[in-house]
Amino acid sequence: MGEPNIPRAMQKPRQVGSDAPFVVGLGIIGSAYVLLIVAMIVADAAFTTPGHLLAALDSPQIRYAIKLSLISSSMTAVLSVWFAVPLGYLMSRSRFFGQGLTIESSAGSGMTTAWWLKGVFLRTLKHLLDAILDIPIVLPPLVMGLSLLILFRTPVGQAIEGVFPVTYAVPSVILAQFSVACAFAVRTMRVTFDQINPRSEQVALTLGCTRSQAFWMVALPEARRGILTAGTLAWARALGEFGPIVVFSGATRMRTEVLPTTVWLELSVGSIEAAVAVSLLMVMAAVLVLIVVRAAGADAGMPGVVQ
Amino acid sequence: MIEVSELGFRFGVFGVAGISFQVHRGAYAALMGRTGCGKTTILEILCGLRRPARGRIVLMGRDVTDLKPAERGIGYVPQDRALFSTMTVRDHLAFALVVRKWDRKAIEWRVGELAELLGIGQLLDRKPHGLSGGESQRVALGRALASHPGILLLDEPLSALDDQTREEMYGLLKSVQRQTGVTTLHVTHNRFEVENLADQILHLENGQIDSARFGRGGCSGGPHESDNPILGPGTASGAHGRGDD
Repeated sequence: MGEPNIPRAMQKPRQVGSDAPFVVGLGIIGSAYVLLIVAMIVADAAFTTPGHLLAALDSPQIRYAIKLSLISSSMTAVLSVWFAVPLGYLMSRSRFFGQGLTIESSAGSGMTTAWWLKGVFLRTLKHLLDAILDIPIVLPPLVMGLSLLILFRTPVGQAIEGVFPVTYAVPSVILAQFSVACAFAVRTMRVTFDQINPRSEQVALTLGCTRSQAFWMVALPEARRGILTAGTLAWARALGEFGPIVVFSGATRMRTEVLPTTVWLELSVGSIEAAVAVSLLMVMAAVLVLIVVRAAGADAGMPGVVQ
Repeated sequence: MIEVSELGFRFGVFGVAGISFQVHRGAYAALMGRTGCGKTTILEILCGLRRPARGRIVLMGRDVTDLKPAERGIGYVPQDRALFSTMTVRDHLAFALVVRKWDRKAIEWRVGELAELLGIGQLLDRKPHGLSGGESQRVALGRALASHPGILLLDEPLSALDDQTREEMYGLLKSVQRQTGVTTLHVTHNRFEVENLADQILHLENGQIDSARFGRGGCSGGPHESDNPILGPGTASGAHGRGDD
């Protein structure tokens, strides 16, 4: 077989053009979105005046909404992390925990069948859990609120209401925020634990740890940034939650009114200035929290095991 | 010593039907075989991190087949070392002792002893990030040895090191074994490591173990020539090694 005849032109040293058009293209497309965000904020800021902001801060209703928003969002963030850490860990280490479900069997085909069945069972369980945890993310928030309302109409829900009023009261605000925000925190924690090498925990086991000790001493410290991110995400999500709260908690001033409710109430009576002022307050609060959390995360040192 | 009998497992595409081997007390054994033939899995089974379908494992005269990893009295150094990113080197060396609730004085003393043995005294306050390959390896080794395990399991401990560091680690591993008398199983596919370190070779091929034992080279106080006959099929035929020194 002879060598194929390669044209002279193809034998020249290869020359390539500039990378600039590619980079500039990326920049133009990317900056369009960034500009949109900045433009919106700037427009808000330009629309309002310090007078509007002060007037908003002066209103007892709005002050109550600020207070309720900050408290409920913070409680939601803490609650979300509290549930997201174990759930995320369980999902991320499902294979690891599946080991405990080993089906004793003899060698040969029996062993393979048992393994196969165990694998199928674990995978199905995991996919089911995954799908359930996606519901709060894909469901319209309004529907989440409606579902909560219906849940508290059931006999069990009514029994709870009898002891501890939830619907149209402050606890409903937190529950509505939590039911959506926690799903985002779980996602974050799962990715966090997925990125942490399970080998470290396995080594800890060989060094004398129980699984619980390996979790507390090795996995959790390594997950601290993820925890911070999950908490921030849940907090921001909770601060902006509106649909479920209106349905499940109502929009009663000085009672279940959070900042998004304020924006909506002000808009509905045609007071755009107040609505924008409150919106800006929320933007500022969110930026402040992001900065504080980032700064805390940058130097969040974990004390060692011996000191 | 390590005694494995009739071990069978299947994980994914590979598995073994029934392998047996022994490593004598204080011996340095190399487990060789091609990449992906199940060497690491055997180590994980010895650690208790995976459960075999059948077979018994006896470590230092104790049947550990149904024991948790924590109860087996082993030191394990995985291939990627898996250092704890949030802890200092000192915390690594102290880890197994803190878990065992040693008192502070004893821990401090043991950490100092390990640091000297491994030559990492100047690294005690550093975190794993930024340690060189050789330094990380020493820390992982110290962490595994801290609680005086009877068995040391090393998974390709030298594979990611440059030649000079590797030479240093040969000497270190030899002196660690001489000073601690720990029974060592070293997984590798590198013939030179075997020639430099091992006094017994376990060759894993096609789900079978061939075992060959040598007189001791660099290390003293190891197993005796009068030890049990070689186990497993094929005797020394599958093994590549040096002659007696």
